[in-house]
Amino acid sequence: MIENRKGDWFEPRILGFLCNWCSYAAADLAGMSRMEYPPNIRCVRVMCSGRVEPSFVLEALREGYDGVLIAGCHPPSDCHYQSGNLKARRRYYLLRKLLRELGINPDRVRLEWASASEGQRFAEIVKDFTERLRRLGPSPLKVKRVGAE
Amino acid sequence: MGRNRLNLAIGLGATCSGCDITIVDLAEYLPKVLSSVNIAFWPTAADLKLKDLEAMANGSIDLCLYHGAIVNEENAEMARLLRRKSKLMVAFGSCACFGGVPGLANLATKDSLLETVYGTPSTDNPKGLKPQGEALVGEYRMAVPKRLDAVLPLSGVVEVDYSIPGCPPQTSQVKDAFEAILSSDLPPRGSVIGPAKNLCDECPRKREGKSISKIVRAHETIADQERCLLDQGILCMGPATRAGCDAKCIKANMRCEGCMGPPDGVGDQGAKMLGAIASILGLEGEDKMSEEDVARLMDGIVDPVGLFYLFSLPSSILRRRLWEV
Ligand code: FES
Repeated sequence: MIENRKGDWFEPRILGFLCNWCSYAAADLAGMSRMEYPPNIRCVRVMCSGRVEPSFVLEALREGYDGVLIAGCHPPSDCHYQSGNLKARRRYYLLRKLLRELGINPDRVRLEWASASEGQRFAEIVKDFTERLRRLGPSPLKVKRVGAE
Repeated sequence: MGRNRLNLAIGLGATCSGCDITIVDLAEYLPKVLSSVNIAFWPTAADLKLKDLEAMANGSIDLCLYHGAIVNEENAEMARLLRRKSKLMVAFGSCACFGGVPGLANLATKDSLLETVYGTPSTDNPKGLKPQGEALVGEYRMAVPKRLDAVLPLSGVVEVDYSIPGCPPQTSQVKDAFEAILSSDLPPRGSVIGPAKNLCDECPRKREGKSISKIVRAHETIADQERCLLDQGILCMGPATRAGCDAKCIKANMRCEGCMGPPDGVGDQGAKMLGAIASILGLEGEDKMSEEDVARLMDGIVDPVGLFYLFSLPSSILRRRLWEV
């Protein structure tokens, strides 16, 4: 679906942390059902969205990713470890505040829920996030390496 | 001067000199230190000039304790010079280790810093003068060291052999370090001199609860002396901070602000603390909360950077503010 592959405009790179039991399965389903979605995302499978520490997200941003997606099982009770998704949610809202204070658009980080049967939803999320990041432009960390003298 | 005396230098960058006081605070141990060292350079206490230091042979200083952050070219130059002259370079105190409180300047631009210091209405500066890089005063050309784009820890400009964190470091840490060096019984290079674990490990308070329902800021309450401060809703940095201070603030009924920096195995103190707070804030009844409820709850933390990175912003993952929003 990337019409602009040869064009000049910028293609965001997204790092996705997907929980093993729901969202990774959703991504798998999207692939197996040959649903189309932008190839801008690289997926890392984690056991639970509650496993995603704030430092993972900060590291991804430092490495120059334009966006980070955290995806897990639907709240309140789909998480296979009972409440990892709720913990992820609390971290996410606090992390957004931190990013804003550090001058990074908090919309570069996104938390979504997709169950194992929601391949279509996963494809939509990636499509929408890619589109938004295209509009936001490249990460400010990509333009300028931090701490460089 | 005995030949086997240790050649000691104490260098400084952007510092409040509280770290110098720690050395003087060695008290009855100080004569022992002084009788086994020769002070090669210590601007605060000894009358030695930069040219004396420059004249020394490379590697002729056995131990350099460097305190203060690197905020301008002069700091960086001094750090490089001392590194060349010294066999062991120690980041002494939180500013040298992590950037420290001066590191919060990484939330501002160079211009806005000058504006704040020289331009705010409370400042008596009718002509609106600000420091220039260079100026002609009579026949003399005067220069002020240029500020770097960002505040750096010592390790941002030179290789550091050991770190002794703390604001200021504890005299016990300094004693341990001197003992180790004088007996040449040194830990592996790159180590932090201090316990590996976090402050909660040596905290005398009782920890019971798991959930807190809201944030209480330190000035809003008088904390219970016995119970864990986090349990009381006070954002104590203990879980993300290295032990070794003997829980001094905690014992004075004050929250830990995190001056010892992160414990072993934790790279980013603020991210660690953010995770710890998110684990307990709003835990009870979490399944009944909406997204808005969670967002509102987290809004109770007004200044996450100032809170989580008070001492360590320049050595955190992102190091400084960017200007996208
Ligand atoms: S297992 Fe999917 S969010 Fe916890």
